[in-house]
This record gives sequence, C-alpha cells and structure tokens, in this order.
Amino acid sequence: MLYREAGDFKATYRDDSQTFPIRFDRTGYYVLMAVAFGVVPFLINDYWANAVFVPFLIYAIAALGLNILTGYCGQVSLGTGGFMAVGAYACYKLMTGFPDVNIFFHVMLAGGITAMVGVLFGLPSLRIKGFYLAVATLAAQFFLVWLFNKVPWFYNYSASGQINAPERTVFGIAVTGANTPAWAKYLFCLVILFIVAWIARNLTRGSIGRQWMAIRDMDIAAEIIGVNPLRSKLSAFAVSSFFIGIAGALFFAVYLGAAEVGESFGINKSFLVLFMVIIGGLGSIFGSFAGAAFLVLLPVFLKNVLVGMLGWPTDLAAHIELMIIGALIVTFLILEPHGLAQLWRVTKEKLRLWPFPH
Amino acid sequence: MKQTFTMLAAAAIAASAAGMAQADLVVPNLSYRTGPFAAGGIPYADGFSDYFTLLNERDGGIGGEKIVVPECETAYNTEKGVECYESTKGSGALIYNPLSTGITYQLIPRVTADKIPMYTPGYGRTSAANGKVFEWVFNYPANYWDGASVAIKYLLQENGGDLNGKKVALVYHNSAYGKEPIRTLEELSKKHGFTLSLLPVDSPGQEQKSQWLQIRRDKPDYVLMWGWGVMNAVAIQEAANIRFPMENFIGIWWSGSENDVNPAGDGANGYKALTFHGVGMDYPVYDDLKTYVYDAGKKAGAGDQIGSAVYSRGMYAAMVVAEAIRTTQAAVGSSKITPPQLRDGMEALALTPERLAELGLPNFGQPFQATCADHGGPGAAMIKQWDASAKKWNLITDFIEPDHDVLDPLVLEDSAAYAAENKIAERCN
Repeated sequence: MLYREAGDFKATYRDDSQTFPIRFDRTGYYVLMAVAFGVVPFLINDYWANAVFVPFLIYAIAALGLNILTGYCGQVSLGTGGFMAVGAYACYKLMTGFPDVNIFFHVMLAGGITAMVGVLFGLPSLRIKGFYLAVATLAAQFFLVWLFNKVPWFYNYSASGQINAPERTVFGIAVTGANTPAWAKYLFCLVILFIVAWIARNLTRGSIGRQWMAIRDMDIAAEIIGVNPLRSKLSAFAVSSFFIGIAGALFFAVYLGAAEVGESFGINKSFLVLFMVIIGGLGSIFGSFAGAAFLVLLPVFLKNVLVGMLGWPTDLAAHIELMIIGALIVTFLILEPHGLAQLWRVTKEKLRLWPFPH
Repeated sequence: MKQTFTMLAAAAIAASAAGMAQADLVVPNLSYRTGPFAAGGIPYADGFSDYFTLLNERDGGIGGEKIVVPECETAYNTEKGVECYESTKGSGALIYNPLSTGITYQLIPRVTADKIPMYTPGYGRTSAANGKVFEWVFNYPANYWDGASVAIKYLLQENGGDLNGKKVALVYHNSAYGKEPIRTLEELSKKHGFTLSLLPVDSPGQEQKSQWLQIRRDKPDYVLMWGWGVMNAVAIQEAANIRFPMENFIGIWWSGSENDVNPAGDGANGYKALTFHGVGMDYPVYDDLKTYVYDAGKKAGAGDQIGSAVYSRGMYAAMVVAEAIRTTQAAVGSSKITPPQLRDGMEALALTPERLAELGLPNFGQPFQATCADHGGPGAAMIKQWDASAKKWNLITDFIEPDHDVLDPLVLEDSAAYAAENKIAERCN
C-alpha cells in the first residue's frame, strides 16, 4: 500500500537505476533532507547538538568508512580508532600550521593523509585474510596511538600531550572552538556527511563497488573473472580510511575541541565503530546510519529516562544502561543477524503488500 | 512505536528540566561511580555531595538558599563529560568541578565562552593558576607542578639538601594528567642534579609488570607516582612484590587513598603520598555530618568511604565552593547569584585559619587569598605515610612550600602559549 510500485513507470535507464526507485522512498528522502537542512538548524540548541546530533553525524561517517572496508570489501579492521587519530592529528597540525585556510579543506586533507596511512597498513591484506588481518590492523591501532603519544611534534610539544582545536571559520562563521554556534557545528558535520554518504552510495553501486563485493564474496573467483585484488583491496582501504580520517578530524575539531589520543582514539573506539557496522548491517549504507544512531542515541536516551525521569542514582543507571544495551545487541543479533538494515528491508517487503498480503 | 519514543524523550527532557528548576544554587557534580577510576571517583563524589547536604540540613543552605547538587555520571570519559556539561549548564549551573584533567582541558574553552567558573583543586591544567590568562578557571590551593616540587623538596630534606647523582623514577598514567609534572621534574632535575627516568603506564593501568621490572633492574633511589583509579592499587602491589622500599615511594595526592593501599595489605606499610589538606576524622565537622547527614540517612552513595582521604578532598572542594558562594552573596548583597558573580567571588575568596576553625575544619587546609592574577594559591602540601597495621594515614611533615623560582616561569610560559594560541589579552594590568 505505502510502498506501491504499480503505476510508477520508468522510461529511461537513468530513472531505473536511481538510488531510490520507489516514489515513496524518494519522497521520504527529500522530506528528510529538507528537515535536516531546513528545519533542524533553526531549532537546535547546545545540548541537542553536542549530545545527540554531532556525535551521531560523526559516528555515521566513521561507520560508513568501516562499512566500505568490512561490509563491502570483506576486510575486517580493528584499526578504526588509530585511523581516526591520524585524521585528528593531521587536522590539528594543518589547523595550527596554516591558520588562514578554510577548515573544510583541512578536514578533507586530513582525510587524504589518513587514506595514505590506511593504504600503507592495508598492504598486508594482500597476503593475509580474516582473523589474521584483524590482528594486523590491531597492530596499526596500537602503533598509531603509541606514535601520537611518543612523538611530541604531533601535539606541538604541549606540556600535557593534549591537542586543542583553536577557533577556525567557514565563510566567517566559527565551526571549531568554544564560540561555535550549535547550528554551525551541526550543519558543518551534516554537509560533510551528506557528501560522504553520496560518494559512498555511488561508489558501492558502481564498478569499484562491484569489485569490492566480488573480492568479499570469493577472492579467487573474483581474480579469475578479472578483478585486480591489489587495486580493489587497496582502493577499499583508501576510501575507507579517507572517510574515517574525516570522522576523526571532525570528532576532534568540531565535537570534542580537545583530545588525548589514548582516551579518545583507543581500542574502544575501534570496537564501537565495528559494533555500529555489525548492528547496523554489513554492506549497507542505511545500516551505517542505523548502527550509529543505535549506539549513540540509545545511551543518551536511556540516561535521560533512568536518571532524568525516574530519578535513579547515576551509578545504578550507568550499570543498567550497559546491561540493557548489551542485552539489546545480543537480542538483535539472534533475531536478525544481518542487522538493522535487514530489519528495515523486511519491513519494506511487508509494507509493499500491506494491507493485502497473499 | 516511533511516537511513544518521541513522547518518552520529550517527557524525559521536560522532567529533567523541571527537577532542576526548583533551586537557586545549582552546583553540578560531574562524578564517576563506574569504570576503572570509580575507586577514586566514588569517595570524592560522596564527600562533595555530603558537605552540601550538611549545609542544607543544618543551615538551610547558604544565605537561606538551598543548594542542589545534580549528579551526572561521566565514567572519566571525555565524551560523556561533554554530554554532562551540556545537559547541566542549562539548569543555571554556578560552577563546575569535573574531577578529570581530560574533561577539564575540554571544558576550559567552553566555560570561558559560556561564562561559568570552573574549580579544579589539585588537578586540571596547571597553568590555569595564572588568572591573567585563565579568567574562568581556578585551581587553588595547589596544582601538579606544586606537587612535583614539594615531593622533590621533601627528598632534598631527607638527603640533607643534596640530590646529586640520585636516581628518581616517575611512574605516570599515560594521559594529560600523568604527563603534567614531567616538565617541572625535568627542570628540577637540572637544578638539583638528579637523573629522572620516565615510566608511562597506559590507561587504565592494570598492566604494569614491565615498568616495575625496569625499576627492579635500574634500582632508582626514589619512585614518584602520578596514578589514578585502578592504576594506584596495582602499582603499590607491584612495588610490594619487587620489595621496593615503600618509604622511598611517593604518590601525588590522587595516589594516596585508602582504596589504593588496602589491596596490598601489609606490603603497603610505609608508602607515602602528598596531600594538601588534613587526613582522618578528627575534625569537629564530622560531628555535624554524623548528626545531620549520616544518621539522618541522607548520605550520598553507600557511605563506606566516609573520612577517607579522597572523601576529605571532595569535602574540601565543596567547602571552598560554599565559601566562595558566601563571599559572593556578601559582595553582591543578595542571596541569589549568577555564575559571573560567583567568578568574582572565587577571585576574592580568602580562606583564613580562623574561618576554617569556624567551619569545623581547624588546620585542615592552608590559608590563602585569591587575587585577580593568582588563581593557584600558595601550593604547599604535606607528606603523609600509610600505617598498614592501624590502617590510617599519618601526617609526617608540616606544609612544605614548593619552589616558586622554578614553577612561576613555567606557569607563565605555558599560559602565554595558551594565550597566544587563543588570542587572549592579559587581564589584571
């Protein structure tokens, strides 16, 4: 009923291969974009920006990046935190080294630097697979964190090893530093997420994406039909690290404002993003968003309900929160091993026939 | 489903907003009762809350205004710290005390922009002691660099004023917090001729075998420690395991709680730590706390931390905040105050020995007078030693003044770098 395909004719190939072929989906997407760009910035305040929207948008970028590598190309990575740290420290060095350049370019360059580092650490993937590759990327995680702790040049020789984001602007409006208005933070991250998601969606359904998926499904078969494993694996590492680097740069510069590598980009971050991807759905753009939303918003929501509404002690609420989220993750994975994205797909199938199933 | 979710969310936010709007003096307590640092976070949060409960119950608040202490769990995590700051600042929060150096670094620019003072006694960014640059941050009565200097001064006393050729090792939490004293200790090692070796321990610090193996091999004369949470207990246990002489092992004030030494049992006997306030329960204020708070069943947390070293520190912080609120109320002539007025009050705060005695805490802390330029206080600290058989800390020195000749230029240098980075003009000229 809602998802009616009848009467939705497509006369060109272009129409046929668009991202949202069903009219209802398409309208929903336009409405969502209109609300996100046109309505939310006018309503947002500091709390909603800093506790809800900005972390969600940034984690969505990171999850998209990891999903390309793990979900689409099948290379398990536990180095996400380390790559985010590369993005953050690259952004910091660029921000302090070239203060007059628009921060948008710094963020993109930080992504580019991370892409190079990612390719470097992706080289072993040509020889090793699966768990062994996960361990190799784990080494990247520990090495990068150690490096940023050890070499004072990366944190400009500050006494405490912390990096602090100075105020930088886009079109004269601060987007980093303490005087940033909530809407500017939100819009800056939203624009970047929009671009990144657009690129990711179109890459994954083009020839590069098909090569990645061929490698993921069976690398020997892929090689036989003419997919170059070197090129496709390394391009997956590059694109994935580019996105993760952007996420790291935003995480440090826009969201936190100050960061310390061990605490902000430790192994926990790698696992968190990996969980987002698994819970959201491997190999799905929508899944990256759903997973990020699930793991960012649910703790905040639970905290507000348990402490704010029910008035529980904060420590009890914190413990219960961990238990609820853990239980939900297990339940989800048992009921729907392919993640929230598959749940959404099934719902869509049902809605197509609703209310008259066969 | 979606609708109920939105309604629940809206209700949750409305409820939390309504719950905080009743009171006039809001002092948020960004605490951590979970995670690897809970061993330190719980007593501090309990002490902080209990002292305000005492003021509410005994005096009806400060100047007739009740104090509300909304608690928010940060788990010592900077992301949760940001969430806590944003969720409490709308409720009219007067002052922040996040008990985390990482969160402090994050909040310094934010409180400056939002014009809310922040009080970080004995932690946070050391150079915030320079009020000319850090208008909204206060860290009296002592900071990490003071602590490092006091520890070295104490060692000088022990060695007849000469540390030449001695070996000092620093075991530190590999984070902004643990790295703070390094620069000071390097300067001091140049001045006094001892060699300094640095042994970082990665957070949270359960794994320290290799660091202590190195200590066993290098045999330093003294070990200093900048640890927190679970790291302290592990370090003291490891030191006991390699039979390092405990009286040559000195922790910063954050490494000197009962929870740190108890797990090592008798092995911890003789361990020393710094402190910038008194220890134990021999203060009249505890009689009042017992009457109005503990016996009335109004104590925060489980109540098993009462009188411990970090509990006392939480109480000290609450006492200073309460005195600043009182100073502010007297200055503006009204019981209702705003955060910027409280900032002025923090800057005018004078803590005299007489006032401490009136508060039921005679000789508990050092007297100080804050000024526009001096947000750091005198910085003196005492050394206490653990008696494992009696299970108590004994003060073994009086207040020791830090070496201001070394520290002041360092504070100026670091704050000047911050001012240049953030284009801050110096005040108080």
